[in-house]
Amino acid sequence: MTSQSTFDILILASVAAGILTILSLVGEALRGRLPWGQTNPAVEIFMTRVQSWWVMVILMTLAALSGKVGIVLLFAFASFAALREFLTLATKRRADHLSLALGAFVILPLQYVFVGLGWTTLQTVFIPVFAFLLLPVISALRGDPRRFLERVAETQWGLMLCVYCVSHVPALVNHELAGGTDAAILLIGFLVMVVQFGDLFDYYAGRRFGRRKIARDLSPRTVEGTITGLVAAAAIGAGLSWITPFSPLGAAAMAALASATGVFGSLVIAAIRRDKGVKDWSHLIPGQGGVLGQLDSVIFAAPIFYHALSLFVPQA
Amino acid sequence: MTDPRPRRGLPRRIAARIVGHALVLIARFITAVRADWRGIEPVARQRVYFANHVSNADMPMIWACLPGHIRRHTRPVAAADYWLKTPLRAFVGPEVFNCVLVDRRREERTEDPMEAILAALDEGSSLILFPEGNRNMGDAALLPFRAGLYNIGRARPDVDLVPAWIANLNEIMPKGEVIPLPLICTVTFGAPIKVEPGENRGNFLARAAAALLALRPAEPDRTP
Repeated sequence: MTSQSTFDILILASVAAGILTILSLVGEALRGRLPWGQTNPAVEIFMTRVQSWWVMVILMTLAALSGKVGIVLLFAFASFAALREFLTLATKRRADHLSLALGAFVILPLQYVFVGLGWTTLQTVFIPVFAFLLLPVISALRGDPRRFLERVAETQWGLMLCVYCVSHVPALVNHELAGGTDAAILLIGFLVMVVQFGDLFDYYAGRRFGRRKIARDLSPRTVEGTITGLVAAAAIGAGLSWITPFSPLGAAAMAALASATGVFGSLVIAAIRRDKGVKDWSHLIPGQGGVLGQLDSVIFAAPIFYHALSLFVPQA
Repeated sequence: MTDPRPRRGLPRRIAARIVGHALVLIARFITAVRADWRGIEPVARQRVYFANHVSNADMPMIWACLPGHIRRHTRPVAAADYWLKTPLRAFVGPEVFNCVLVDRRREERTEDPMEAILAALDEGSSLILFPEGNRNMGDAALLPFRAGLYNIGRARPDVDLVPAWIANLNEIMPKGEVIPLPLICTVTFGAPIKVEPGENRGNFLARAAAALLALRPAEPDRTP
């Protein structure tokens, strides 16, 4: 890793830490305004989220500083935790035991090995072709036809969302950019930051002046909030263009694209969660509704961002 | 409180501690096991935790989700015929989990299981007990409870009897499977119950089973 990119990672981490410090101070000020002995649940939820973000910023920074291996390992664990939550609620029967175990303990690690080795073809076809054909065979061999289509469809989509899509975040490292691997690691910081901060602006703008829901009965997201989120993501993206291979305008466009796909991702994940009738995916990552609740926007943004990058950026 | 563990060599005790910590880590990694203290606080009071039993992984799971300072003084009550079968099990059961081993075979046994259980309580340990006696393989939520829980409650009325529902384990590790599935496991601890003065066995066991069943999480609504 060149010292320039180490320096850039540290600057990016400091920016994130600075914003989180401001958010923590705002939260403390809101707490301080309340009469002694009272708490405001909205402020407490906000503070829980900020604390979870602190942990994530620290983990991401450490992983980025340790290079490709650290990034791949971090997202492999995130995938595992997300898949664990998804499978807990998915339709499954005894006959699926072996295929589910294979999915979590063999296919997931292999996918990340392919990402780590930079075998981009296998990384792209391994799950949608080989895993998707193999796993239903293993379930079928146990000879239990009850709800077979539901079982296969749900567990396979779990692999798609939690493993295949998430693995496209560390896969960004495999792009041969002008600045080498290190420049690509910074792109991960770019992607995560624009999506997360777009989400944050969306949430608070939506609560302030949001009127029209974009998906009634499904999500509190509003048209006004979403547009604010997109504009904020584009602005933050333009401001971060120095760590990307894009021009400021290009960075704004990529950020808006990532943020928009992220919004749709979180809508889809919320629809699954509502269908399963739970409030949170799990107790992990307090305030964010579990690992899947936290990753929801990145799940959809990552593959689109990954392929847009191959299309628009000339490879070195 | 005296340490009930027989004095063994230091290397063996260290090995038992390391294996214990490793098991807790594995349980957390695979199931993110979490204790939901709904009816009682996790404090170091003497208790008998009684739980549903569907899988061999039940006991390690409830053991792993207890806070360390409580786990140290909590001994699972387990079947001697299972845990003494191989040298490895004889190490894991009595030394890692510090089990109170009881003989399930009614005809052949020479020692009354209640004696070992009450001795463990009298030395200050808390216990983990599976009052169904055997693993539940059927579709019923619980098998009928054996008399043990009632006899303990009568013999040591000061000890809290705490119901603990272990969710999801029949999917994580069903009988006959070797590899556990990574699914979220929650252990819900309810409010303690006691044997009321003059309460008969049937009434108490029905009440205990109802207290345990009440902790079962609701099935998600599957109507289309």
